Amino acid sequence: MTASTAKTSSLSWYEASARQRIDALVDAGSFQEFLGPEQRETSPHLAIFDLPQQFDDGIVIGRGRLGGSLVLLAAQEGRFMGGAFGEVHGAKLTGLLRAARKLKQNVLILFDTGGVRLQEANAGELAIAEIMRAVIEARRAGVDVIGLIGGRAGCYGGGSLIAGTCSSLIISEQGRISVSGPEVIETNKGVEEFDSRDRALVWRTMGGKHRYLIGGADIFVDDAASAFRQAAIEALEIKRQYDRATLEAEQKRLERRLQRFGKTADAVEIWQTIGIDEPTEIPGLPTDEFLRRTANKREDADDAR
Amino acid sequence: MTLDEILIGLFPNGGDIRVTGGLVAGTAMLAGEGPIHVLGIAQELPLGVDEACALAQRVIEIIRSGDRTPILLLVDSSSQRMSRRDELLGLNEYLAHLAKVLLLAEAAGHRTVGLLYGGSAAGAFIATALATHTLVALPGAHPAVMDLPSMARVTKLPIDVLKAKAETTPVFAPGLDNMVRTGGVHIVWDAGAPLAAQLAAVLARPARRDERDRLGAERGGRRKAAEIADRVVAIAVNSHPESQHG
Repeated sequence: MTASTAKTSSLSWYEASARQRIDALVDAGSFQEFLGPEQRETSPHLAIFDLPQQFDDGIVIGRGRLGGSLVLLAAQEGRFMGGAFGEVHGAKLTGLLRAARKLKQNVLILFDTGGVRLQEANAGELAIAEIMRAVIEARRAGVDVIGLIGGRAGCYGGGSLIAGTCSSLIISEQGRISVSGPEVIETNKGVEEFDSRDRALVWRTMGGKHRYLIGGADIFVDDAASAFRQAAIEALEIKRQYDRATLEAEQKRLERRLQRFGKTADAVEIWQTIGIDEPTEIPGLPTDEFLRRTANKREDADDAR
Repeated sequence: MTLDEILIGLFPNGGDIRVTGGLVAGTAMLAGEGPIHVLGIAQELPLGVDEACALAQRVIEIIRSGDRTPILLLVDSSSQRMSRRDELLGLNEYLAHLAKVLLLAEAAGHRTVGLLYGGSAAGAFIATALATHTLVALPGAHPAVMDLPSMARVTKLPIDVLKAKAETTPVFAPGLDNMVRTGGVHIVWDAGAPLAAQLAAVLARPARRDERDRLGAERGGRRKAAEIADRVVAIAVNSHPESQHG
């Protein structure tokens, strides 16, 4: 372990800010920010709602080295407007991905988002669509786009759809991926459909362990910046194909999931179906024990994402 | 306009298009020449894992046929299906997959046109209409990210205040006009003129890169997105180590 990673090895990814995550992720001192806070590119829309702006609009983008390789990076700040996508926030990521396609440079997206920023909902929604298209165009040009999910705000709404376009996803137990958040489901469909205060239900339905077990994420890591760094280096070493065969394989993978688990009511039943012993113990297991017990049993999405 | 009226207007030469469980599938003959694949989501159906998977399968079959004929995607949906089951099964992957196969079809030479003729919202809108090459709409279509009453709850602002703010900017409130001004909808068709000719005009446009942010800037609904994205590309390219050293 190098001095730079030793220094930050205990940093909780969940607790860290966007800038702390980038610092801990890349090789020491290698990050160069694009359109940083000194440019004061703020949201032109928050003032309509008398809301404070942030000089980077809640997303840090730039280039750094990871294990020596140049990568483009974007990190969302979950503590500003819940990391939500607004016009400027989204356009910064769109631009980064368009550059990635031109430069054939891999991209890491550090998700931490509740989805579209409602105060600029139309701009945010279109930004999601533009980002998804830009991810796919970059991947078609041979670029890998890797998502890292373990932040306080999770990866919700449009953010979860972008995650679904990535070539691979690294997730921690605290990472949550879901289109509709627990409160949204409860508000719209009632507490009988989803009790958002039942935190155990939230974690086992949307959390990192379940996503990893059904193939919704590829690498499961501890909630530590050093673990995310190591996993990102490993993920970058695997070149992912992206063509018709990939999507045909994804179609098969998703159909199979519906066939196998479509009638199950709870994540524990799914874990049981894939052959995990004592599935009710899964939420309480530490990472190494979790990985040991689920090895060769989880659904993987290799070459089918 | 009802779906039947729309289909008759679009395809006076007829076609074989069925609606089953809210999903549209079939083929038709264009008024000009050649066939077109038609699929979609109708009757304000929410888009869940099952619907997204079925639509994606149909798109993959079309791509496999290798015929490179255009695809018309009709959209009158609700939002993504909000349920415990859909999220348990990984709805985000199903919605993203549907968007991905639509983009693949486009890359494989099928012109994809979305026709929004009713509602659509949030994840369903992103995975269908917004994943086509050109999105057009009929008057009366009503896209939304979130309805104003829900938005009022989340933002903790009275609905009258939200409505007043919506008069000053197209950036947040639901509605077709706002989606046009922000660049998401390319054109709103004239319901009183022949639809077949309007579809032919869209299909005759040369394929181009994502132009929605530029349209949003031209129309004044999204003034910063295109400029910010362009600046980021320029900074990234100019600061690339290999471009500086050679």
